[in-house]
Amino acid sequence: MRRGTLTPYLLITPAMLLLLAFGVLPILVAALVSLTDMNISGLANWSNVEFIGFENYVALANDPDFWRALGNTALFGVIGVPSIVFLSLAVALLLDRSDGRIARALRSFYFVPAVTGIVAISLVWGYLYNTQFGLFNWVLSWFGIGQVQWLSDPWLAKFSVALVAIWRGTGLNIIIFLAALQGVPREYREAAALDGAGEWRTTRSIVLPLLGFAIFFVTVTTTIAWLQFFDEPFVLTDGGPLGATTSVSVFLYKEGFRLNQFGYASAGSLVLFVIIATITLVQLRIRRRDEKP
Amino acid sequence: MRSPEAVRRRAVSAAILAVLVVGALLTAFPLFWMVSGAFKPQREAIDYPPTLLPQEPTLDNFVHLFVELDFGRYLLNTVLVVLIGAFGLLFMAMAGYGFAKFRFRGSRGLFFLVLATLMIPVQVTMIPTYLILNGMKLTNTLIGIALPTLVSGFGVFLFRQFMSTIPDEILEAARVDGAGELRTFAQIVLPMSKPILAVQAVLAFITGWNSFLWPLIIASDQKLYTLSVGLALLNQQLAVDPALQMAAASIMVVPVLLVFVLFQRYVVQGFALSGLK
Repeated sequence: MRRGTLTPYLLITPAMLLLLAFGVLPILVAALVSLTDMNISGLANWSNVEFIGFENYVALANDPDFWRALGNTALFGVIGVPSIVFLSLAVALLLDRSDGRIARALRSFYFVPAVTGIVAISLVWGYLYNTQFGLFNWVLSWFGIGQVQWLSDPWLAKFSVALVAIWRGTGLNIIIFLAALQGVPREYREAAALDGAGEWRTTRSIVLPLLGFAIFFVTVTTTIAWLQFFDEPFVLTDGGPLGATTSVSVFLYKEGFRLNQFGYASAGSLVLFVIIATITLVQLRIRRRDEKP
Repeated sequence: MRSPEAVRRRAVSAAILAVLVVGALLTAFPLFWMVSGAFKPQREAIDYPPTLLPQEPTLDNFVHLFVELDFGRYLLNTVLVVLIGAFGLLFMAMAGYGFAKFRFRGSRGLFFLVLATLMIPVQVTMIPTYLILNGMKLTNTLIGIALPTLVSGFGVFLFRQFMSTIPDEILEAARVDGAGELRTFAQIVLPMSKPILAVQAVLAFITGWNSFLWPLIIASDQKLYTLSVGLALLNQQLAVDPALQMAAASIMVVPVLLVFVLFQRYVVQGFALSGLK
């Protein structure tokens, strides 16, 4: 450890400046702008911007579209978080158990969706979901199921959009779980086997408790990701049909950049931030309480 | 003679492997479908029932994208955005080293700030960042597209975690030998940090290549579109030409897949290294 020189400051300055400019400063700007009626005319000339206090927040509370977006986001979270945590944990456990060349090669297949770009992927899924010539409807037609409106039925569209995100979201978490599984000492499992515990029993009573932190970490990050859910509904359905897949983030983007209501959208984004922070803190609390005997 | 227990274990293993194979094929199927569609003529791509593999493979879709549409430029822009990202990598490595190996006034507070940026969702920063970049006259530039995601708090954190494990004695020895701070960083710290650099480089490549929100917000001039924004434009023509879209999607996805398959080891190792246990 070195001290008392200028070097560390020089080292951290570029990164800190960027983090301050695009990580910290925006929060303050958002807080300020949310108290104004800033829109496109304000962008051209700041004198057109007026301070309106908490009007934006009051308007949000009375905006049925905002409430609908909140409801949709909650539903996405309820579908998405358990699916991703369960699927990625299950696949990681199975992959970890299966040694050998084939199993190793299979890992890449599970990881790759995580690195694909959403726009490209939504084109592919849009093609698969297509009502007239899509593959899914053709496969369903073998079982005598007629044309399914994957993306134009308001209820089904929610699940179709969520499925793409689940497909893309598992890979990274499988990696995290596999890394955590490497940290489980072999001796523990061997000892359990010697004591006559079956494989399922060992997994449940020894491996899963040791994965506690990884499961918690994945749950928290996945929850945050679903609360910010944006890409898939934005590109696949543009929030439609009739707002059925409009998450809070899509709502904010449309208010901000399509309708140029910068003040209103900033207020909404801070509400979303507070919701995310609250849910994360609650999860941390629960975790801490669980750790105490 | 094998015990019944051993036979049962082998059967379970085989069943699990079968499940994994089926799951892997299902997971990878959309990507296979994309590549297969990319080589189909337009008519075949909207045939019903669909064909699994192109009956008359063609490169027409790619020719169309690069000759009639501006995909060459989008590709170039995307590569440039990724290259700008290399600076971000250097900045994060420098900051990680600063936080890992120096004790200085305000270091704890500043590092807390780094971690705090991790909790701020992009939706909150979206509008202010646009306003800030607009104020800096950087909207509609490639730098403006790259800047908001150039440095991530998580990246700085990973570098710091890794560089903390470099023994102080090695750094001291370099200084005793008369190496300046810059030389110590460039010739000792960076080479010793290769594993984490590889992880971060792969991650930075993937994020830069795939980034969609910032190019969408910042680039209004079509000359500055990246692949993702160009692709989003094609989205409106789905009913017309899915083969063309699959070709465009392949241009975007295949390079990332290659990078990932080549460097998969680093990504997996990286997460284990960063103490994410």
